[in-house]
Amino acid sequence: MPSPAMTDTSTTATHPTTLQGALHDATVYELAAALRAKQVSALELAQHFLARAEQHADLGAFVAVDPDITLAQARASDARIAQGQAGALEGVPLAHKDIFVTRDFVTTAGSRMLRNYRSPFDATVVQRLAESGMVTLGKLNCDEFAMGSSNENSAIPSVGQTQPGPVRNPWERSRVPGGSSGGSAVAVAARLAPAATGTDTGGSIRQPAAFCGVTGIKPTYGRASRYGMVAFASSLDQAGPMARDARDCALLLSALCGPDPDRDSTSLDLPKEDFSRALNAPLSGLRIGLPKEFFGDGLASNVRAAIDLALQQFQALGATLVPISLPRTELAIPVYYIIAPAEASSNLSRFDGVKFGHRAPHYGDLADMYKKTRTQGFGEEVKRRILIGTYVLSHGYYDAYYLQAQKIRRLIAQDFQQAFTQCDVIAGPVAPTVAWKLGDKSDDPVANYLADIFTLPASLAGLPGMSLPVGFSPAAADLGLPIGLQLIGNYFQEARLLGAAHQFQLATDHHRAKPAGF
Amino acid sequence: MALTPDDIARIAQLARLELDATQGARVLAQMNQFFGIVEQMRAVDTQGIEPLAHPVAVLGDIALRLREDRVSEPDARSANQRSAPAVERGLFLVPKVIE
Amino acid sequence: MASTPSATLLVGGYEVVIGFETHTQLSTQSKIFSRAATAFGAEPNTQACAVDLALPGTLPVMNRGAVERAIRFGLAVGAHIAASSVFARKNYFYPDLPKGYQISQYEIPVVQGGAVEFFLGEEKKTVRLVRAHLEEDAGKSLHEDFVGQSGIDLNRAGTPLLEIVTEPDMRSSAEAVAYARELHKIVTWIGICDGNMQEGSFRCDANVSVRKPGAALGTRREIKNLNSFKFMQQAIDYEVRWQIEQLEDGHAIEQATVLFDPDSGTTRAMRTKEDAADYRYFPDPDLPPLCIAEDWIAQVRDSMTELPRNMAARFARDYGLGEYDASLLTQSLALAAYFEATARACGQAKLACNWITGELARRMNTHNLEADQLPLPPSVLAALVARIAEGVISHSAARQLFDTLWQDAQVDGKASMDAARARVDALIEASGLRQMNDSAALQTLVDEVIAANAHNVAEFRSGKDKAFNALVGQIMKASKGKANPQQVNELLRKRLDA
Repeated sequence: MPSPAMTDTSTTATHPTTLQGALHDATVYELAAALRAKQVSALELAQHFLARAEQHADLGAFVAVDPDITLAQARASDARIAQGQAGALEGVPLAHKDIFVTRDFVTTAGSRMLRNYRSPFDATVVQRLAESGMVTLGKLNCDEFAMGSSNENSAIPSVGQTQPGPVRNPWERSRVPGGSSGGSAVAVAARLAPAATGTDTGGSIRQPAAFCGVTGIKPTYGRASRYGMVAFASSLDQAGPMARDARDCALLLSALCGPDPDRDSTSLDLPKEDFSRALNAPLSGLRIGLPKEFFGDGLASNVRAAIDLALQQFQALGATLVPISLPRTELAIPVYYIIAPAEASSNLSRFDGVKFGHRAPHYGDLADMYKKTRTQGFGEEVKRRILIGTYVLSHGYYDAYYLQAQKIRRLIAQDFQQAFTQCDVIAGPVAPTVAWKLGDKSDDPVANYLADIFTLPASLAGLPGMSLPVGFSPAAADLGLPIGLQLIGNYFQEARLLGAAHQFQLATDHHRAKPAGF
Repeated sequence: MALTPDDIARIAQLARLELDATQGARVLAQMNQFFGIVEQMRAVDTQGIEPLAHPVAVLGDIALRLREDRVSEPDARSANQRSAPAVERGLFLVPKVIE
Repeated sequence: MASTPSATLLVGGYEVVIGFETHTQLSTQSKIFSRAATAFGAEPNTQACAVDLALPGTLPVMNRGAVERAIRFGLAVGAHIAASSVFARKNYFYPDLPKGYQISQYEIPVVQGGAVEFFLGEEKKTVRLVRAHLEEDAGKSLHEDFVGQSGIDLNRAGTPLLEIVTEPDMRSSAEAVAYARELHKIVTWIGICDGNMQEGSFRCDANVSVRKPGAALGTRREIKNLNSFKFMQQAIDYEVRWQIEQLEDGHAIEQATVLFDPDSGTTRAMRTKEDAADYRYFPDPDLPPLCIAEDWIAQVRDSMTELPRNMAARFARDYGLGEYDASLLTQSLALAAYFEATARACGQAKLACNWITGELARRMNTHNLEADQLPLPPSVLAALVARIAEGVISHSAARQLFDTLWQDAQVDGKASMDAARARVDALIEASGLRQMNDSAALQTLVDEVIAANAHNVAEFRSGKDKAFNALVGQIMKASKGKANPQQVNELLRKRLDA
């Protein structure tokens, strides 16, 4: 258990075993300590957060809850604490993005195709967090099959609803929370859970974290097992935590990462790491690279202003800013939107109505069953990406599109390696704007794709990337919406990223801000 | 490189998706817009560049891990079939497969 | 590759061109990408785990045993084993294909090149291999018992397959079957496949086309899933005749996949799958490249038993046998072992070879026996062969004795040479078939027969050689078949030439 940092000046945790304020304002770090000190019980926490979720069901964050299961887990945690067998995060509640399969809860992946699907096994990430003692509050809404940047693509009604509806940003209910891990970001921002799991394929942890003012990290590709994550794009998908600060993210990342050689062939053979180990490393001498391509005209001025202020803060803490270039940044969009849909189109072929999931209620022959099942089961964005993917893999187009994209991907990865010779971490915006209004971009898929420009490059290169809240928009139209700063590290440098973020969060309090009414 | 309605029909068939006329037209327009962006990618000179399949392979070759040839999955038929749409006597039922 | 086709091979004036793709199920315990069992005959879907069913979130993990067997095969056929090979997804929809794609190998297979040699009659043939690659088997659909529906059993899904592809080097159905038999022998000999064709362990697809000699390759049709040698020949013969008829009637051959119907003896095109050509292959992002280091290959090579063609070469060289005979003796490990044991025990390799490839082989065929199921241990055959070589019994006498020995199967399969000799000698005495080798006695017989057959003697002297055999026959009859034929021949000739 990490001892309180000497430089820690946070106001709510001067004495870690004393919880101050509401239970839902405590961080994972504080709750873990309080549970160990038996200042609060797992059962109490579970009940508290279940009630919060119900109270704020209108946000649409949860798609599945089961109090019996949750409370049973909580009781088991309390028993372990009593017997002195507490895991590192024993009794701390969290919720899982509904992309992770769970035995005890339905797994929908935000899709009608899996409306009532019950997995016979748990995802490795779910298993690992359970082994560290965490208690599952439920499953969180997300864009269908993780495809989307606004969580407007979910086909599953959230808890308390009968129809699918948008997931709402707690800072401003008429705004998107970001996606695809929208439900996860909302749950953390609205204090419905102290932490949540998300997945990030092209920015799906970082962007909703930025839009909702929370902290989230996508580790190096291959760090976290993909076994049990409903596959979207195999060479890009990664699991990661979302919480209210870097210290919490470090705790969760340590628990959920680790090799899974028996189940995931792409999982890297690296020993388990303690990602909290560099939280207190001073920032002096840290070289922060600023890619000029991330600071062009497309960046909204309110975002730019907050990012600039944050960078000044980093300088005040001892970091130096270094201008760099990632020349192929713009190419990341077509490259990603060739590779990801291609892999997805193949990964989603298993949804055929034969072994599990939706089957059309009426059909003629086998061919008809396939078509009706898949047409009914998949939403429009998913179908669009399947079609793109099928096209770019089809005969005659493979070389020009898919193969070409994978080659440029290598060039993009090489650009980063070149950049890292001049800097230690790379910083920039997460998204060109703050959260947009619900419905604004839902008819314009390509506009959505273009907005991913800053998060896609790190995804393609498989680099670790995180988002931390660095301010709020002052502009009249976008009053008070969160803005996130992206930090990208070289391979395996998660501890360094989290350390830099933590030092920033010790000196600032954007990460402690809370939407009104929560 | 504009797509035609025939292209849409062909790939929809490959993907086992049904699109009515309106949907087909909309998808066609969106995909053409999308491929307009993609065209710049095709012009990039990638001569001599190997595709990057596993992202971390840019650091060095990643080799396939091999596991020992041992059975360790017991019969879990009922758990595995609990979300099956149609099962009889342990078999998944589908409309007749004609060869 | 083929030289001018021998006229005897042409069918209706057309040259037949055949290539094979053979799917061999590898004899691993667990599946290629999952840990479920591969055993045949289990209750439906009791050997289909989450990975095999393609449940959401499942991923493949490669079985070392499948790779090792691929290496063994590559070594057995003299192929190149790729240091790095890639798995690719072959995408199509079918109920027995749970993921909607098959994990296979496309551009870079694990085994490249190689060749299979065998005898067709007495002619030595070589069929070149293009490649052999690893892939997963699909499940099965069952159609009986379900009206208007099919039942899908995914037990077989994920069983490791090695798909072995030849160049279109074969020129007749007989050659194709001979190739298939040889390939079957190789894969069972090296222990990578159980070869059980009824259970689907060894399935051949035949690509068949015809052309006028000298013309370009004709359009081929693929006969799928031939799992018996008898049906293979029938199916190819029918398909060839069908194609020729079509061409003669002025119709072009359209590429198609066909199935052989054993009941009617015909081939029939399967329902066309319009998108059959577009599998959208791409490297499987769930599986990094398969790397096989030189020292692993060396380890496998060292652990392999002698390969059939190497053993055949050794037999030819060390035992002075012809290539063809040596190939017959190396039909299976068990038969080869039987031969060597016999030859070493009696020191009469050629004679032992004749008996094994003749008398023994006949009985094995009739009774459907493998070489390790014979009622006659090698020591007993060796004892019999030794007595023939020594002239104690004649060949025809030996055949009668063999019959008795065969019927009188004894439990002691590993009879020592002493015991075997004792048994054989006892039988020789009891049967009274001991050859008459006493020259004095034989001379008497020869003289008696000459005296009693003056007519034949006169005929012989006047140039009719047949009369000589008639005299020999009389002598053999007089001796009740026991006279040593070589001695009789010599003595008779000497007498007549005098």
